[in-house]
Amino acid sequence: MFNALTHTFIYVLDQDEALDFYVGKLGLELKTDADLESFRWVTVAAPGRPDSELVLATPEMGHDEETAREIRALVAKGGGSGVIFSTDDCRGTYEELVAKGIEFTQEPTEHFYGIDCGLRDPFGNPLRFTQPAPQPLSVPSADQSTASNAP
Amino acid sequence: MVRVDPASRRLLRARDTMDRRYAEQLDIPALARAALTSEAHFIRTFKQTFGETPHRYLQRRRLERAMALLRETDRPVTEICLDVGFTSLGTFSRTFSRVLGMSPTAYRAAWRAGAGTAGYVPTCVVMAWTRPRQVREVSSFGEAQGLPQP
Repeated sequence: MFNALTHTFIYVLDQDEALDFYVGKLGLELKTDADLESFRWVTVAAPGRPDSELVLATPEMGHDEETAREIRALVAKGGGSGVIFSTDDCRGTYEELVAKGIEFTQEPTEHFYGIDCGLRDPFGNPLRFTQPAPQPLSVPSADQSTASNAP
Repeated sequence: MVRVDPASRRLLRARDTMDRRYAEQLDIPALARAALTSEAHFIRTFKQTFGETPHRYLQRRRLERAMALLRETDRPVTEICLDVGFTSLGTFSRTFSRVLGMSPTAYRAAWRAGAGTAGYVPTCVVMAWTRPRQVREVSSFGEAQGLPQP
């Protein structure tokens, strides 16, 4: 039986620009950058967590040009995959990345499961950083007043 | 490397602005300027890209937020109406009833009567997936209708 999630794919429209964003700005670590002639295999991972890799794939990998064009259009209008990273300090991470010019779609917001914020990569893929709340979680029920004031 | 049409990315940025600033009195001309297009072109390309007008998208965003506040707080409907960006309780109630098939008060009561909770699902997912669905054929948002064709 399988026992771990090792590779998650996300479509990027330019692998060099993706590396500049995911490694240069977000601070992920480059795991693999291999030119395999017909395609370029690029993966990154959270610092110190090499066992779970994010594959920065291009729409052309394994697809005909028409399909790749459709995927590019979908990513650009927000139809790409989402990725959620965990962090020990959501607000600190947010401030640090804002200072680097990263544009966020949602400021750090408190929820019952923690604090999180949202942004997009340069291509339109939605990303989030979540700072988990201490365990055990207190999951709200329907008759509790738990809505945060933030969006 | 073939790059995507940057116009779609700009439109997505405008849509993100509506998601983030729905409670403000957003105006379409300002959003169009941010997307580097004229107002008419903005409305047309937004609809081509996302399947609905910017106005309708913003309405759905506001309704989704209102639904969450009705479910999860005891605040008065009037306050919720203003907090999500509507300026008129009448418009809010009419729009809500058209789209959801019940008044805001009835929606709150129905939820509390037994709908339960979404449990441990990230709020961003709940926000995106509980938004009222687009209605492509029939307007449910009380928009101005064209005159009947002869």
